[in-house]
Amino acid sequence: MSAEKKNASKSGSAVGREGGGLSGWFRKRFPWDQLMEDHVTGYYAPKNFNWFYVFGSLALLALIIQIVTGIFLTMNYKPSAAEAFSSVEYIMRDVEWGWLIRYMHSTGASLFFLVVYIHMFRALLYGSYQKPRELIWIFGMLIYLAMSAEAFFGYLLPWGQMSYWGAQVIVSLFGALPVIGEPLVEFIRGDYFISDVTLNRFFALHVIALPLVLLGLVVAHILALHEVGSNNPDGVEIKDHKGPDGRPLDGIPFHPYHTAKDVPAWVVFSMVFALIVFFAPEMGGYFLEHANFEPANRLKTPEHIAPVWYFTPFYAILRAIPDKLGGVLMMGAAMFMLFLLPWLDRSPVRSIRYKGPLFKIALTTFVVSFVMLGWLGLQPATGLYTILARIFTVLYFAFFLLMPIYSKIDKVKTPPARVTYHD
Amino acid sequence: MTDGVDLGRRRFLGVATGVTSAVGAAFVAVPFLASWKPSARAQALGAPVEVDVSKLEEGALLRVEWRGRPVWVLKRTPAMIERLDQADSMVRDPMSEEPQQPPYAAGRLRSIKPGVLVVIGSCTHLGCSPTPRFEPGAQDLGADWPGGFFCACHGSKFDLAGRVWRGVPAPLNLVVPPHTYVDDQTILVGVDTEAA
Repeated sequence: MSAEKKNASKSGSAVGREGGGLSGWFRKRFPWDQLMEDHVTGYYAPKNFNWFYVFGSLALLALIIQIVTGIFLTMNYKPSAAEAFSSVEYIMRDVEWGWLIRYMHSTGASLFFLVVYIHMFRALLYGSYQKPRELIWIFGMLIYLAMSAEAFFGYLLPWGQMSYWGAQVIVSLFGALPVIGEPLVEFIRGDYFISDVTLNRFFALHVIALPLVLLGLVVAHILALHEVGSNNPDGVEIKDHKGPDGRPLDGIPFHPYHTAKDVPAWVVFSMVFALIVFFAPEMGGYFLEHANFEPANRLKTPEHIAPVWYFTPFYAILRAIPDKLGGVLMMGAAMFMLFLLPWLDRSPVRSIRYKGPLFKIALTTFVVSFVMLGWLGLQPATGLYTILARIFTVLYFAFFLLMPIYSKIDKVKTPPARVTYHD
Repeated sequence: MTDGVDLGRRRFLGVATGVTSAVGAAFVAVPFLASWKPSARAQALGAPVEVDVSKLEEGALLRVEWRGRPVWVLKRTPAMIERLDQADSMVRDPMSEEPQQPPYAAGRLRSIKPGVLVVIGSCTHLGCSPTPRFEPGAQDLGADWPGGFFCACHGSKFDLAGRVWRGVPAPLNLVVPPHTYVDDQTILVGVDTEAA
């Protein structure tokens, strides 16, 4: 298989290395044609992709928006406790178009998470994490983890009330660990409280360290994908049926066929993005929380604090456990379970189209639990809310822990040999 | 020996180089990691704070800042102190056996003078600053609420001696900072009371 690929690539690059002029000079010194052949024009992806398959490229667009707007924000932002809040106000009021750049960055963060959540849900639907795509899933999860850290560090930077107390709570999570907990918290803060020192280092992590990590992981995610090939809504391996040219019969080149579908998706995304940026940048307090329009006050916690919407499911799990260490461990476990997914699923088929009723019930329960936990994480931690959070926490974990059982005994249909169209 | 290559020697040199590099990398990592610790300046900024309680009314709470954290000074009324008995059965550590306070502020009241409580107003769960909720039997906290502090972040409850409730996420009583009386009405936070 890899020999075929090598041959196909070789003929591709040989064509490019001929010819003169500037282009020929460049191509003899840089493997441009090889890169295009391997990852764009010669990468064969299944022809039966549906609209769920645009979210990977949308995530890339969201990442680009964050990097570009972020670079321009650093030009006017000041990472010090004395100046941070007012420098953000300065960006919003005095810098020409500063408000637009900042709203693009804040809206971009929320939409990045929304796109990634849908992208992950797609993988759950069609079993894209199953063998041989475990590593794509692991890299994807690491991207999600790095994104979460990136979002958390970024949230401290405006130095508002919610920035400050959010950081206080999240950093204190590490204090729950036995023995090393308290010294570790002090190490992270670099001070005895969340201070100027903390802000300065979070800034460094947010603008340099994590973006580099993210970019590296994105490259690894795509390289792993292109090595084993994309899954599809039927969960059928297209490489099992190849034509005489060694190309999968049900595959079409990524460019121009899939890019032709991705570009309109980018346009639609940009329209939604613009609508939010121009008409509802705060999204009623969900994208930019109201308490954050008040400068950080380290003596007074806001009456009601909640993380931004994309973290609330995990936050609800943390609060549901009436024990400090237990809550922190359960929250970590909720994240860790996702990493194990490729090994928990024992189903002989990939796609939900051929999986049985048990999996469909389990996945529905999981999605409902995740959304409900997300909503509960925004509510106060009292009475009925706490009870509901506990119930949905149990259901969340049941989806993973019972998966080896229900995915094995489930009644599955036999998938077709070749991909199908459902329109 | 193939083509004069000594594979054993090559392997030895490879492993030796690898191990030496790893040790070197570990040494180089130390200064970078240590640079994250609180700096000399951060350590120096922990000076004690003087609090004048002469103008503090009975039942009122004063917030001061010490080492960047909120310190509460509460003048407890006799009624408030009485209601601590009621809380005894509901709190996790009624006699303050956990080392959350200096020895001179141990016991049920957790203070030097019964009427004046000095605690760090930072929840022992995840560090939010709880809200004073002194009215007994508050509607949202239950009819048996004797008055105390409620942390809205994650629902932890403390009584008027900073003792933590059972069945809430916070594991320990609020911390009593080192403090001492300079004179009858002036407290110095950050300095221990000398044993008499």
